[in-house]
Amino acid sequence: MPGISREEVAHLAKLARLELKDEELDHFAGQLDDIIGAVAAVSAVADDAAVPPTSHPLPLTNVMRPDEVRPSLTPQQALSGAPAQEQQRFKVPQILGEE
Amino acid sequence: MSEELIRLTAAELAARIASGEVTAVEATEAHLARIGAVDEKVNAFLHVDREGALAQAREVDAKRERGEKLGPLAGVPLALKDLFTTEGVPTTAGSKILEGWIPPYDATVTKRLKDADVVILGKTNMDEFAMGSSTESSAYGPTANPWDLTRIPGGSGGGSAASLAAHMAPLAIGTDTGGSIRQPAAVTGTVGVKPTYGGVSRYGMIAFSSSLDQGGPCARTVLDAALLHSVIAGHDERDSTSIAQPVPDIVAAARNGSASGMRVGVVKEFRGEGYQDGVMQRFDESVELLRELGAEIVELSCPSFTKALAAYYLIAPSECSSNLARFDAMRYGLRSGDDGSHSAEEVTALTREEGFGDEVKRRVMLGTYALSSGYYDAYYGSAQKVRTLITRDFEKAFEQVDVVVSPTSPTTAWPIGERVDDPMAMYLADVCTLPSNLAGNSAMSIPCGLAPEDGLPVGLQIVAPAMADDRLYRVGAALEAAFQARWGHPLLEEAPSL
Repeated sequence: MPGISREEVAHLAKLARLELKDEELDHFAGQLDDIIGAVAAVSAVADDAAVPPTSHPLPLTNVMRPDEVRPSLTPQQALSGAPAQEQQRFKVPQILGEE
Repeated sequence: MSEELIRLTAAELAARIASGEVTAVEATEAHLARIGAVDEKVNAFLHVDREGALAQAREVDAKRERGEKLGPLAGVPLALKDLFTTEGVPTTAGSKILEGWIPPYDATVTKRLKDADVVILGKTNMDEFAMGSSTESSAYGPTANPWDLTRIPGGSGGGSAASLAAHMAPLAIGTDTGGSIRQPAAVTGTVGVKPTYGGVSRYGMIAFSSSLDQGGPCARTVLDAALLHSVIAGHDERDSTSIAQPVPDIVAAARNGSASGMRVGVVKEFRGEGYQDGVMQRFDESVELLRELGAEIVELSCPSFTKALAAYYLIAPSECSSNLARFDAMRYGLRSGDDGSHSAEEVTALTREEGFGDEVKRRVMLGTYALSSGYYDAYYGSAQKVRTLITRDFEKAFEQVDVVVSPTSPTTAWPIGERVDDPMAMYLADVCTLPSNLAGNSAMSIPCGLAPEDGLPVGLQIVAPAMADDRLYRVGAALEAAFQARWGHPLLEEAPSL
């Protein structure tokens, strides 16, 4: 499999919402290339249709409970860690563009 | 008095508190004093909750005076890894992005400890979001290994392990996603257990890799680990992956240690290049000791284990890239760049850049890469297939043996700084522990001696099937007793005084 370029790392950082500095891009590109080179060992089984994937150690089914009102955090508690709040709501920076 | 109190096991201390010989307040003050005296050198604690601990201890003493029933560990102090939420007490996960955050609720583990009257001394240092094997990726500085302050205490739970080895607490809680309880136990000469996946609730345990993360006990003895394990284990309706079955009787197993008649597997893939000579010497002696204790030794091959590291470093980063998306600067934690000139999305990216350290950034990007369209099948999909093969290898092994043993980590503690900028070298520390996380079974590390070349502790790993955690304690207790008979004292007595 191919290695990873500096441009690809910049794209990944964008997808992952990390505003990386230029020197970080250089630093991480080399390291991620090494790591991806090593973990590519798993591809030996990529085409083995006889092996099903395992996503979880337990055979999971969704767990439901009766839909009834229970005690929960108060609005004050839920908002207690908010960087900014207004009118009992989380206050966030502008989401939509102005154009 | 207080010098003696900090050297007792949790079981001994609990007995003295129950009999009234020692008060919970005295026990707590002795440990707080020890923290005050040595933690400047060790940096095991991120936050010491002196007032909270003393209030809890006073409550235990009051209950006792009123004649109320106390739990088996009532009044015993504990160090809690900073990955668990604690109502009203700062919780950072070792990250700058959560600096100053005060959770409004307790994790289930926290709540069970409080309900059992265990006294929580404070929160311990860790690799950021539990990503690391050395505690160096903490945003709050590294923790030192009490055996040699220039060396790492393992990770991610280095603070919990170091607090035990330095006698700042007789009990601690860790979390183990790839070895973060067992490897720190190994390199500090303490005991650590990764319970069966689903055995201990993850509610309120800040998520790193949800299909691998498991909280568990850390202690200086096998019995203490069992007592703590039994307090925190068991079904929790707030964790949909919590197993709704009775916990095996691990305390009875720890009190009745025996390896006689046990079939013990030795996996040939767990040796070779990268394994330190002194570690293998102590491991081979441990196998010989098991034979002397009446165990039957069976050589095994688990060929897929050689791909565990590769599979783990795709699966764990993939899950972490998704889990850490919640740190978006909107509802809690750090917010940077909110000066009116940046959009919400820009604020998120600026905050994550400032709030996350290098290892977290590497793993988030690696996971983003592995889950990208075009790479998903080759990386994440293949890693999931390797996970199946590893599970099958364990299933085949456990048809032939009751437990598997290996070194816990291929080397002893290395100097602080040595692997910081070499992620692959860091990851190799977990090569023996990762397979149990991928398969979801239970595993323990106990001290098995010092490596002759550097005089540092070596850990022996014992692995049992899922929901057979009692086997770990049965074999671990037998070995612990046999080692101590041979050494004449617990291994930690050989650690230098701080």
